[in-house]
Amino acid sequence: MSKAMEATVSKKSLRDNPLVWPLAGLALVVAFNLVTGPEFFSVSVRDGHLYGNLVDIFSQGARVMLLALGMTLVIATGGVDLSVGAVMAIGGALCATLVTQLGYGLYLALPLTLLMAGALGFFNGAMVVAGRIQPIIATLILMVAGRGVALLITDSDVVKIQDPAFLYLGKGYILGVPFSLWLVAAVFTVMALLIRKTALGLLIEAVGDNEHASRFSGIEAGRLKLIVYAVCGALAGMAGVLDAASVSAADPMRVGELKELDAIFAVVIGGTALTGGRFLLFGSILGAILLQALTLTLYNAGVPAAVAPVPKAIVIVGVCLLQSDRFRKQISNIIKIGGKAS
Amino acid sequence: MSKDATPLLKVSGLCKRFGSVQALSDVSFELRAGEIHSLLGENGAGKSTTIKCITGVHRPESGTVELNGREIAPRSPREAELSGIGTVYQEVNLLPNLSVLENIVLGRVKTGALGRIDWKDARRRAKAALGKLEMDIDLEARLSSLPVAMQQLVALARALEVDSKVLILDEPTASLDEAEVENLFRVMNLLRDKGIGIIFITHFLDQVFRMSDRMTVLRNGRYIVTRDAKGLSKQDLLQDMLGKAFEEMQSRGAALDAIAEDRAGRATQLQVRSLGAPGKIDSLELELREGEVVGLAGLLGSGRTECARLIFGVDKATAGSLELKGKQVKQGVPSESIREGIMLASEDRKAEGIFPHLTVRENMMIALQSRRGALNPVSREEQDAIAEKYIKAMRIKTSGPEAKIKELSGGNQQKVLLARWLAAEPKVLILDEPTRGIDIGARAEIEKLIESLSEDGLSMIMISSEMDEEVRCCHRVLVLRDRKVIGELRGSAITESAIVRKIADHE
Repeated sequence: MSKAMEATVSKKSLRDNPLVWPLAGLALVVAFNLVTGPEFFSVSVRDGHLYGNLVDIFSQGARVMLLALGMTLVIATGGVDLSVGAVMAIGGALCATLVTQLGYGLYLALPLTLLMAGALGFFNGAMVVAGRIQPIIATLILMVAGRGVALLITDSDVVKIQDPAFLYLGKGYILGVPFSLWLVAAVFTVMALLIRKTALGLLIEAVGDNEHASRFSGIEAGRLKLIVYAVCGALAGMAGVLDAASVSAADPMRVGELKELDAIFAVVIGGTALTGGRFLLFGSILGAILLQALTLTLYNAGVPAAVAPVPKAIVIVGVCLLQSDRFRKQISNIIKIGGKAS
Repeated sequence: MSKDATPLLKVSGLCKRFGSVQALSDVSFELRAGEIHSLLGENGAGKSTTIKCITGVHRPESGTVELNGREIAPRSPREAELSGIGTVYQEVNLLPNLSVLENIVLGRVKTGALGRIDWKDARRRAKAALGKLEMDIDLEARLSSLPVAMQQLVALARALEVDSKVLILDEPTASLDEAEVENLFRVMNLLRDKGIGIIFITHFLDQVFRMSDRMTVLRNGRYIVTRDAKGLSKQDLLQDMLGKAFEEMQSRGAALDAIAEDRAGRATQLQVRSLGAPGKIDSLELELREGEVVGLAGLLGSGRTECARLIFGVDKATAGSLELKGKQVKQGVPSESIREGIMLASEDRKAEGIFPHLTVRENMMIALQSRRGALNPVSREEQDAIAEKYIKAMRIKTSGPEAKIKELSGGNQQKVLLARWLAAEPKVLILDEPTRGIDIGARAEIEKLIESLSEDGLSMIMISSEMDEEVRCCHRVLVLRDRKVIGELRGSAITESAIVRKIADHE
């Protein structure tokens, strides 16, 4: 290999690192805020808790982070889970109903809720694996029906939550840091360890990359998918519980609304391809942070909530385009030609 | 056809570099009207690059392409197509969900006011193009509903629709069965008689001899020679294509009997008892000894691949059983078979073999990993050792173990897949078309590998469409016909003519 080639290879490897682009997006948001209002970054301590926009980004982003972690695995197998928003609603409704109306302790209600949410995910997986239904359709069923189930659980009411332990999940702090963040950190760590210290991650990637070949290599794709959909469901249930806890009420109509799209966005921005295969858990976390930071920045900049999705979409499109080798090549060609002309 | 007339297509002095690799240096040849001209060479000899320079996929650094005496320099395949050079690739490059009609005229339909498509005109032209092939294919049929061979003819019709004078066929027969190949050859002869010049690329030498009028050999990106097919021997051609490597392939023969005898006396590795499934194979009996290589011979569709799939368990058998070293093995669960040590290197590298976006290293260790189970990971050191070992031992051309496998050439991908199975330490390895689509040099290496694995005691079942390959590699050959085993050959009795006689004689 010539020296010139080696140089391009090492340059390429930086560009090829998929984490670069969500980080670039974040840098853009940070730069924007530095210019328009540096107070965005101020973090103060009130009542022994950290307080400020940055903390909000993380604590409000926690739910999408949980969803994105599960979604990453599902997408890696070549699937997608559209039902996570609905499962959030069921999770919130179920846990709130168990605690508030049936008088269960949280220590019992929470595991039951997660079990139920996991079972719903398992059901999704079974439709995909045993029913051989395309994931987008299989999970669409629960996406539509799930909210009905949530309404059924709460008897169409918003369930108010007063249980202090329950509220702590959404509003509590440990060492000044919101509880939900600790939870995300713990889930991320456990998942990353389970996936990269065993061969699970590689096998999931193999299934997503070429499912047919994975069968010939002795990989039990069906079993892996069931696990992955179940995990995704359970994490969605947890996100629903957090959501309900943070607003002290479980609203079966509103909890998790359109959150499946945020989760998919976060995963894609984070560098995991929708076609399956290679995945990046940390990338998805970054993606979720970027989404939340954008939302909050626009809110602070006084962009009306109804219009906010437009600039948000522009940034997302930008990051996605930058991830495409082809697009980058075309841009650099244009720049080169422009440079020669001038 | 007069020989001094202006050649239909004249390629002179093509040079092309990719980075530091000189892919083509000074390649020249002429294609006459009304001839089938084969372009020959090993993988990497420069056949594809030459074609791509002619069809505008690549632009050569120097050299010219003249069509009917006029220089052309197409900037895209579409431009080449419009100037009269049609190309059909091995993997059909059409749109499976559109109709035959749409595929033939796509991008070239006449439109009327408001961009309305003139379907009447399109239909007439598509019919005319299919007419040239003397084929009658339903224009409304969805392309994906047709067998691959038909799809290829549709691609041909598409190429002819623009009134091509030059037709390039790149490995057109690789995925066709015998009857389909015959039909394609019939069409090729038809087109030749109509004065079209055909450039034919294939790895099957028999087909080269049967079809071509002349052939041009490339080696390492250089032009070697152009010869008339008439009177040319296979030996001479191989000598041209391979240079020095050719002599090595020659010597092997009588020692075979001794080896076959030795293997027949060893302990039984795999015992297949009346294994069968309707529409696949009738009651297969096979006793495979340690270190023995058993070939399955027969025409396409005789049940060879079906045998392989049943033994490995990707298909479920309805009858029969498998014993490995006297122990019953559960049939029909590939992961179980791999755990026991029965593995299949499938014939379909792309669909059933590679994980395109994973690295060479990962592609090599994945079977070993699934054999051990997800919770018992192969350590990184062990993975690196495996990758290093096989890249070296099999002389795999890759920029390194961390290259994505899709970046490798077909032959090198095949070697990686073989490494995958060897790394998983099989007891019985089934090789279905292990050398399909790879060049003769790499083929010789794989044959050598099979020999040394057999010496180490690995039992193998081998399937190959190239009979001479089974003749060279196998200690015993089972001949199949109509999904039944109809005969067996052993040692030096295995010859191509003996196999053919078995297939033909049986009533």
